[in-house]
Amino acid sequence: MTSPPRLELRGISKYYPSVVANEDVSLTVMPGEIHALLGENGAGKSTLMKAVYGVVKPDKGQIFWNGEEVHINSPAQARKLGIGMVFQHFSLFDTLSVTQNISLAMDDKHHMGKLAKRIEEVSESYGLPLNPHRLVHDLSVGERQRVEIVRCLLQEPRLLIMDEPTSVLTPQAVRKLFETLRRLSDEGCSILYISHKLEEIRELCHSATVLRAGKVSGTADPRQETAKSLAEMMVGKELPICEHPPARTDGAELLVVRQLSRQSEDPFGTDLKDVGLSVRAGEIFGIAGVSGNGQQELLYALSGEKPSKDAAEILINGQPAGRMNPAQRRKLGLRFVPEERLGRGAVPPMSLSYNALLTGHDGEMTKNGFIHHGRMRDFSLNSIERFNVKCGGPDAEAKSLSGGNVQKYIVGRELLLNPEVLVISQPTWGVDVGAASFIRQTLVDLREKGVAILVVSEELDELFEICDRLAVIHHGKLSEPYPARAITLDEIGVLMGGGSLAQTAPADLPTTANTEAHP
Amino acid sequence: MIKLTPRPQPSQQMLWLSPLLAIALMLVVGMIVFTLLGQNPLKAFHAFFIEPVNDLYGIGELFIKASPLALIALGLSVGFRANVWNIGAEGQLTMGAIAAGGVALWFYDSESHFVLPLMLIAGALGGMLWAAIPAFLRTRFNTSEILVSLMLVYVAELVLSWLVHGPWRDPDGFGFPQSKQFSDSALLPVLLEGTRAHAGLLITLVALAVTYVFLRWSVVAFQMRVAGLAPRAADYAGFNAKRTIWIGLLAGGAAAGLAGTSEIAGPIGQLSIPLSPGYGFAAIIVAFVGRLNPIGILLASLLMALLYLGGESAQMQLALPAAVSGVFQGLLLFFLLATDVLINFRISWGGGRPKPAAAAPQAVAKPVMEGEQ
Amino acid sequence: MSADTLVLILVATVAAGVPLIFAALGELIVEKSGVLNLGVEGMMIVGAISGFMVAAESGSLWLGVLAGAFAGMLMALVFAFLTLSLMANQVASGLALTIFGIGLSAYMGQAYNSVALDGLKAIQIPLLSDLPVVGKLLFGYDPLVYLALLMYPLLVWFLYYSRGGLILRAIGESPSSAHALGYPVIKIRYLAVLFGGAMAGIGGAYLSLAYTPLWSEGMTAGRGWIALALVVFATWRPGRVLLGAFLFGGVTIAQFHVQGMGVEIPSQFLSMLPYLATITVLVLISRNAATIRLNAPASLGQAFHNEVH
Repeated sequence: MTSPPRLELRGISKYYPSVVANEDVSLTVMPGEIHALLGENGAGKSTLMKAVYGVVKPDKGQIFWNGEEVHINSPAQARKLGIGMVFQHFSLFDTLSVTQNISLAMDDKHHMGKLAKRIEEVSESYGLPLNPHRLVHDLSVGERQRVEIVRCLLQEPRLLIMDEPTSVLTPQAVRKLFETLRRLSDEGCSILYISHKLEEIRELCHSATVLRAGKVSGTADPRQETAKSLAEMMVGKELPICEHPPARTDGAELLVVRQLSRQSEDPFGTDLKDVGLSVRAGEIFGIAGVSGNGQQELLYALSGEKPSKDAAEILINGQPAGRMNPAQRRKLGLRFVPEERLGRGAVPPMSLSYNALLTGHDGEMTKNGFIHHGRMRDFSLNSIERFNVKCGGPDAEAKSLSGGNVQKYIVGRELLLNPEVLVISQPTWGVDVGAASFIRQTLVDLREKGVAILVVSEELDELFEICDRLAVIHHGKLSEPYPARAITLDEIGVLMGGGSLAQTAPADLPTTANTEAHP
Repeated sequence: MIKLTPRPQPSQQMLWLSPLLAIALMLVVGMIVFTLLGQNPLKAFHAFFIEPVNDLYGIGELFIKASPLALIALGLSVGFRANVWNIGAEGQLTMGAIAAGGVALWFYDSESHFVLPLMLIAGALGGMLWAAIPAFLRTRFNTSEILVSLMLVYVAELVLSWLVHGPWRDPDGFGFPQSKQFSDSALLPVLLEGTRAHAGLLITLVALAVTYVFLRWSVVAFQMRVAGLAPRAADYAGFNAKRTIWIGLLAGGAAAGLAGTSEIAGPIGQLSIPLSPGYGFAAIIVAFVGRLNPIGILLASLLMALLYLGGESAQMQLALPAAVSGVFQGLLLFFLLATDVLINFRISWGGGRPKPAAAAPQAVAKPVMEGEQ
Repeated sequence: MSADTLVLILVATVAAGVPLIFAALGELIVEKSGVLNLGVEGMMIVGAISGFMVAAESGSLWLGVLAGAFAGMLMALVFAFLTLSLMANQVASGLALTIFGIGLSAYMGQAYNSVALDGLKAIQIPLLSDLPVVGKLLFGYDPLVYLALLMYPLLVWFLYYSRGGLILRAIGESPSSAHALGYPVIKIRYLAVLFGGAMAGIGGAYLSLAYTPLWSEGMTAGRGWIALALVVFATWRPGRVLLGAFLFGGVTIAQFHVQGMGVEIPSQFLSMLPYLATITVLVLISRNAATIRLNAPASLGQAFHNEVH
């Protein structure tokens, strides 16, 4: 090829006071190339892309655009060069319309009415239909991503940066997205595709740069690699495999939800419709679904943060618990690990010791309403040691820990408080690979001890790895449960998109047959 | 421009240094202002900060001004720690004083020893009643306690104004807006001969001890602190959010009511207007400068009391208006808020680049700020 | 009640609402950008005394109004520096601004307590102002009243029909998204806070130069706080700010007329009415949490630093 690379990074470094985000990172993207940027959470992928988009200023290194060195000081300048970015956590404004949202990313003068028209045209032509006049908070997650993509397309980008674009999509929607991306690539637009999902990268990308701890740990043609070899490049060691014998089927029903319906208090939320489920002692029950389909509302109802009016809607250990608050439900043996660790599962500016008191305050750490500081510390130390939490000791503030270590501490805390029922949301979200597999193994071990476990996750791989039964939540409705070893990824995808499975028999009892059903 | 770089851990040193730095800045700015006003800065410093406390009487005055400030600030700190913003302590002080004053006037002819305790109880209840209104509206209707408690300050002052102009006016008071002088059974005894320091100081000391124990050891205080720092964590843990609001407001109300009582049963000796030189508002500053910590509040109240006395002294010696102490109090809080930034951030001027940290492998994985959470 | 009295009451109601309109519309813009400045009372009262001092010394009322606006902006600048540059707590900083402003104004105004001033006069429009009823009701105010009324369409245009307003609302909704798109969040918030300060300062100057042309300590008497409550009452919509301001103007004026009509209520109880009315409307609006959630700027009161989210 004679044309210069579309984008070339040479020796990019970015330092933060306690973190080296990028060190000496170089990569090259040719015109029309779909280039994967691969790495674990915290490997520095997002920081690097923000440097290309002008949000973050690198401390060292050079950026070349079509062969010429450029200094990108602002997103406006990046857009002028022809760089568009679709953010992982969308940079959209809920109370504004689609047109207004897109207008905010346009730097030239434009007429709102004409812009709305162009949005319709462009979105139609790429198969991403959008109504320009709707307010963003009325849109589904997938539609929101469309807004972000159309926003970039309107500027006729020469390089499109996609940051973890598929984490919010059903498998079917992912395929659709890939079609759009391939078409863009055929039109000569380069794509930088950030992800930690290896299968997707093997399917879509022409080349890959792997980051580990802020540095380039390898480059590869993902079509030539296996998922395993890519993962090892990413993690730097062999991955442990989660041991997973078949579940018991005769345990008592420890968590039962019956005909749970409720309107969301949040005007942007999802209403729950007639949700029913039952989790037995000694099994892991998984709930899959695209985010924003009622998971939050269901978890608030289960944890007791938003109690029901009807006590019989939720049974914990056989006791009607629907009207109880979280503290009362804990007394029945329920433990809950929310997906937001800092600010909900833990108090960021408090020490780990005091964070133990958060859910342990009705136990042995207090007496007659007064705190026993010694026992609190001992409990905290125990959790730190048993669950291998890397931190500065029980006095370290929760916010000083990495995401994975906070999660290990919270899981440890809840497990040391002897759960009978454990509800856990996004157990490994934002957690590095090592900690994630530790947490999954912990959950499976806990299952062996006869605890009833409910896992809500958006990571299908994870659900397939640890769950015994799976159900899908869509628009606030929960599907029938299916044995995890009998249902395929595609079937789950159909359910996530709101379809139904006509033939597959729902299973109230897990079966052990057909362990290789999913890819 | 200034550049702030977040510290990985809040600085424990700065937690204590920042108030001292704020005081120093206030003094420097004060001296500059005095110089600009044509005063000799050293003389002004002497008149403001030394003169008022260079004899026993002066020290007694310092204590009787610090006492209500500390008492109210202790009560407010319980709420502030939980993000319950009671800024109507001035009104609760007034209502407490009205309730206690009512008792004193009702038992005007009694020489019983029970009058004073009854007044204290009535005072605390009066303050709590006034704080209960924003607590009720906040818990029941989600109404901002900031605005409601503040509005009620004006209402309370108008109630007092009506009482001392109308039903409770001293018939022999030459028409001044004040009640009769209380009889001795309704007055707090003087603690130290040669000063006006009265037994109200003891109430403050007891409150100090109680607050200290409460904040350090009680589970309820821990729960309230969680509600303040991370309200969603408090919900997650199942802490009672309404109780937090009630306790947060009632603690401030009771303390302010008691402070109002010990003012009228102490140095004032009657109901009159104005009742307090803004103690209810100054106590907010005391609470912050004292870091919402009982010991810190004690020290801060002495400083603020000195500012009040200094203002009076400056008025007499330098012919400066007494309002200058209000300016100093405001400045102090400004400087404290400004210097507090040092606890969580490092400051550099211009586009200084933070030094790369010694790259411990697990530190790299920390999604501290730009990370990919 | 004669028609003349009614006209008088209405005219006085408008005048009593004007300082609230200035302060509340200013605060509305501040809050739309995601910043909660509780220092309105402090900015107003410093605006009042600064305006009065400059007018008394220079003899020019308009110079006074300008001085009021400028003083309000200076106060707002302190707040902006603390909360936007140093990321101090917005609630505490706003309270500090009010406490400081009340002290500072008392200090500044010491020598002006007994100074009288010829206040702003109603403009006389030939023919129109002399019309019966309508003349007084529509054409009988001083220029600041018209300025206040003019601010309403201006702000509606700005907020809902201009690009600047769109950016401002976007920043109040999600500063981190706006930052990711390349908007200077802190700078725009600075401008909003300064605008709020200028408006509060003019509101204060209106009190000391037109409404009651004299200086007395604490003369704002909680109007800054009422203005804050008005913004909530209006659910962040300029039109309802206007409505609310006139409502409060009416309550303030009503107390004088009730007394005038010989009703036997102690004056103190009538003076409580505006404060009690404020509490009442706050309760009525706040009880509907969903309305607040849908209309309040989502980032209201939260500090923003581009490297900490």
